[in-house]
Amino acid sequence: MWRVGTVLALHDETATARTITLEFPDWPGHVAGQHVDVRLTASDGYSAVRSYSIASGPNSERRVELTVERLPKGEVSPYLTQEVAISDRLEFRGPIGGWFVWRTQQTEPIQLIAGGSGIVPLMSMIRSRASAGSTAPFRLLYSVREPRAVFYRDELQALSDKDSSLTVTYAYTRVAPANSTRPPGRIDADLIANTTWPSKLAPTCYVCGPTPFVESVAGFLSASGNSPNMIRTERFGPPGDRK
Amino acid sequence: MGAISRGFSGRRSPADAKLPPGQYLTTDFPVLSAGPTPHVPLDQWEFTINDGTEVLRRWDWKSFRELPTETFTVDLHCVTRWSKLGTYWEGVSLDTIFADIKTDASYALVHSYGDYSTNLPLEDLMDKQAWIAFRFDDEDLAPEHGGPARLLVPHLYLWKSAKWVRGITLMDEDEPGFWENLGYHIYGDPWREQRYSGDQ
Repeated sequence: MWRVGTVLALHDETATARTITLEFPDWPGHVAGQHVDVRLTASDGYSAVRSYSIASGPNSERRVELTVERLPKGEVSPYLTQEVAISDRLEFRGPIGGWFVWRTQQTEPIQLIAGGSGIVPLMSMIRSRASAGSTAPFRLLYSVREPRAVFYRDELQALSDKDSSLTVTYAYTRVAPANSTRPPGRIDADLIANTTWPSKLAPTCYVCGPTPFVESVAGFLSASGNSPNMIRTERFGPPGDRK
Repeated sequence: MGAISRGFSGRRSPADAKLPPGQYLTTDFPVLSAGPTPHVPLDQWEFTINDGTEVLRRWDWKSFRELPTETFTVDLHCVTRWSKLGTYWEGVSLDTIFADIKTDASYALVHSYGDYSTNLPLEDLMDKQAWIAFRFDDEDLAPEHGGPARLLVPHLYLWKSAKWVRGITLMDEDEPGFWENLGYHIYGDPWREQRYSGDQ
């Protein structure tokens, strides 16, 4: 079943990523971490569908936010990040998915690890936690190319400032800010050991990002003692170097 | 037809005619897995067929690799909407695996290292429709794509082609596997666009 939503607001997160806020008359609600299928239809009936993670937490206003990163050769993402205007209508199917989700009843420590735009479903979890008043201890490790590629920086700052049980660590891979204590580089075993929950606390880990990132991070988490069945992953794109 | 998206023209490729509805063509090989990639040493690998109470057949890597193999070229259709055409594999046909197994079961639950599972009718595994594949593009199958060995049932959405396969349980009644319990279709025919539970 396809639902038609109306675009209420547009906000550029970075030079290549845009948040689209839509309102649906019949949104059934969603759980943090779920995704939707978005369908675009040309005037001759041709349509293209892609999946996007929901960025917003569950709310009572039937609003859904997506943050879409523009892919240079994409078919749908250039339209969503450059063409869509306020009061346009978009068709969604969903919400979809019941594995890569965080439910407000969960009280165990949560380790979120994002690579680039993989932050989006994890932000939905952070927002869900905040709006539910949950005190589940959350840590976010956010790997991002450079400071200007960060999504949701101010909101993450504000949420973690007022809540000592939410901590946010940035790991810059190409360019680090001047005050950074760590030189730019990919997440490695040391950073996992120093900034994520000790495995003895049995955190549930959510890892989202490009395939090589998730492969690498999930490997570090396993190696540091986290049980594979406590590591939930969501990957996008092809593997890096085929072996 | 859906509501028209103002200003959207889309990008059609000539190959679209060969694709199931709602799919787009990719030349990448994207990876989707629910958890970490298991790394299964070959000397610990085994594959079993059981009927829910007892093991009917068991292969270790050596005996599995002594089975006759086939090469085959198939199209892959992922429920996340990418399709990859003309992929080249080597594997053991499920017809070979089941050659001397007598069963009245109608369904199969396929199990993987890493606790993944997926269900399908047993007849979908038979008659040259399914393989346990261990080579892709003339190379050993990489762990992120399901190596050392994965199921391939290319006429169904790719989540049915369980990676890191370790065994099959034969059942009289259909029983949902991992994604089938989480909102995905019990059968998953891409040509009928059976993506999610509730799709016809």
